[in-house]
Amino acid sequence: MTLLAPVWTALLYLAAAVCFILALRGLSSPRTARRGNLLGAFGALLAVATVFVSVKMDNIPWILGAIAVGSAVAAPVARRVQMTQMPQLVALFNGVGGGAAALVALLELGHTGDAWVRVAIVFTLLVGAVSFAGSAITFAKLQELMTTRPVLFPGLPVLMGAVLLVAVGAAVAIVFSGSFPLALLLLALGLMAGVLLVLPVGGADVPIVISLLNAFTGLAVAASGLVLGNVLLVVAGTLVGASGTILTRAMAAAMGRKVTGILFGAFRGGSTAGSTTASDRPVRSSSAEDVAVLLGYAQRVIIVPGYGLAVAQGQHTAAELALALEARGIDVDFAIHPVAGRMPGHMNVLLAEANVPYESLKEMGEINSEFRTADVALVVGANDVVNPAAKTSAGSPIYGMPILEVADARQVVFLKRSMRPGFAGIENELLYEPQTTLLFGDAKESLTKVLGAVKAL
Amino acid sequence: MDGISLLTITVLAVFVGFEVVSKVSSTLHTPLMSGANAIHGIILVGAIIVAGQASDPWVLAVALLAVVLATANLVGGFVVTDRMLEMFGGKGRTK
Repeated sequence: MTLLAPVWTALLYLAAAVCFILALRGLSSPRTARRGNLLGAFGALLAVATVFVSVKMDNIPWILGAIAVGSAVAAPVARRVQMTQMPQLVALFNGVGGGAAALVALLELGHTGDAWVRVAIVFTLLVGAVSFAGSAITFAKLQELMTTRPVLFPGLPVLMGAVLLVAVGAAVAIVFSGSFPLALLLLALGLMAGVLLVLPVGGADVPIVISLLNAFTGLAVAASGLVLGNVLLVVAGTLVGASGTILTRAMAAAMGRKVTGILFGAFRGGSTAGSTTASDRPVRSSSAEDVAVLLGYAQRVIIVPGYGLAVAQGQHTAAELALALEARGIDVDFAIHPVAGRMPGHMNVLLAEANVPYESLKEMGEINSEFRTADVALVVGANDVVNPAAKTSAGSPIYGMPILEVADARQVVFLKRSMRPGFAGIENELLYEPQTTLLFGDAKESLTKVLGAVKAL
Repeated sequence: MDGISLLTITVLAVFVGFEVVSKVSSTLHTPLMSGANAIHGIILVGAIIVAGQASDPWVLAVALLAVVLATANLVGGFVVTDRMLEMFGGKGRTK
């Protein structure tokens, strides 16, 4: 079989790179987003087809088999996963990508004598391993396989420092010697560093770390492109590295945090304030019927959806409730905190699933001044994003995070499962205020009861 | 390709990345993360090259593992992103 001439190969890779850029560009509008994503997938297909006809290869049946296995595992999982579990799935896919980059770099070490290429190899190896292990821990945290609270132990900073120091030493030695056993050591150190990096990160900050690790994997892929002299990998990896960096900063800003503070804050012991136990101060709880009366005779209602709504799959019921209230002539909006749910924009995905129209989805900056004019703020399964501690309590782990100012509404109704604090592990003073009413129960069941009661009014 | 050309391309790609992504609305940040995630699955190309040149069975085994992982990243990433974006589509979108 004759192979494709290098110039054609380069042009096909260029076409694939353009597809990737257009895929990201398509996301600037919901109208073009899906088409963009499909174009990105087409670019990937084109690139994979190109590699088979441009490089002389053995083991082709094995490779096709491995691709079939990878697809057979990933596609059904991706198709079936619930929208609420999206963040951990993204973490998982990111991790395996980082792992693949590290393995490719490890195997390329035997093929090169060039010191500069070895620099790129040790970079890919280390960053890919950090991304793989770090993503595994973020997955475990989000899936609640382990505690979502920061995991700290004495000597953690020292251990991390030691691991990084040895890793840098090993990396330098590999650049000069090309030693394979040292590369295995570096791989192990990278895995350790990934675990140590993510363990101290608290639950609420985990999505930011996913985005950061996403950028890391991008950089690892770009570096492996340098190793293999493959321009497509360089361009695609760099694109992801750059976009991941921006996104990480945007997310951190939405939560009023600094990226360095999230990663290293726990080392300083600053972000562990707060308690996991609920206090036994009295709160005002109420029945679904009372809540329905409150809502049904309001003029303006703002619904604040949170993760509790998402886990209960209550988005459809919330949308129905909004319709029922609107049918009574009530003005209803949804107030979306940038990190409602577990990732930025996650709540938009969930409400879009329930066909809530765009015009009803208001972002924080837009809606915050409107709470003053609202008769009722209905908080469904959200806690941290409306917690005034973010503004008033300097020692709180969420201090500085911009919040939805539901406290300004005339009445505040919380639909909550229990008095257990939210993801950040801190109490919400708003629950004890006189204008606050609580309705305990699963978000979806509570919403269904309230909806029924509103219809019966 | 020589080092300087690759460096040039890398630097330009950084700027394209920043330009393109800074235009994405915050509504679409989750699909953006997932879409970017899918794109770095293109490491599959590298994994295939390494596997195709492997003669030692151990090297082949590790390379094939890399192919499986990279495929999962690539295929899973695009499928998940598509599912999310499907929900932003047009059905019943009028108030």
